[in-house]
Amino acid sequence: MDASSRRLLAKTRLFTIIVIVSNALGNFFLTRGMKAYAGELSLSPVGYVTAIFSPWVAAGVTLLIIWLLTRMALLGWADLSYVLPVTALGYVASALLGRYFLDERISGQRWAGTLLIAAGTAIVGRTSVRTAR
Amino acid sequence: MREWLLVAVIVGATVVGDLLQSAEMKHVGELTEFHPTGLGRYFAALARRKYLILAVGFMAVSFFAFMKLLSFADLSFAVPATAGSLVVETILARVLLKERVDRTRWAGVALVAFGVALLAQ
Repeated sequence: MDASSRRLLAKTRLFTIIVIVSNALGNFFLTRGMKAYAGELSLSPVGYVTAIFSPWVAAGVTLLIIWLLTRMALLGWADLSYVLPVTALGYVASALLGRYFLDERISGQRWAGTLLIAAGTAIVGRTSVRTAR
Repeated sequence: MREWLLVAVIVGATVVGDLLQSAEMKHVGELTEFHPTGLGRYFAALARRKYLILAVGFMAVSFFAFMKLLSFADLSFAVPATAGSLVVETILARVLLKERVDRTRWAGVALVAFGVALLAQ
């Protein structure tokens, strides 16, 4: 592997980590905050805008904006079909946060699904970041 | 029923938003300069891609529907259920964006999809 592909790999890994962490924590904060608005939201955007300025939701939205920007940057050099499954790790992290910090009940089947996602993600991470078009 | 309607809105809007985003970001190219001027130039280039603006619109629709879903559903339901978009997107990335998805990557995507299906039960 030459220097420039090593650099690309290191940059890809760094952005991938930021994407996963900001997505998981963003979703977690958003859930904490949105529970206060159960049954209050309609099609009108007013309720959503009010919700966005409550502390938990604002923290969640900020992290999700960081997620969005780093993910967009990553898509600038990596394939969508690489980015999508890799960021699926964020889904797994969200399930863990739901179980341990939001007291959600998760069945054995759900945990099995979590492990399959992690395995699939590891396999995709071993394929080349960029394919010729 | 209400939660699956929201999941459908989220998945549909996410798929369209992501495809537009990936197609447009390939025109902008790789982020190489991390100093403020370089970042400024980069974001100015982003603001000139009109389908990228449209992609952001679809992402906003997806996000508001996600907020609504999280107000009454579990995080461990909402997140995996909306990950159904992944399989549709990989197929469309192959067909529309002409990305080469090799057998290994398909296998990984299939595992992720199967895992997501299990999680969503």
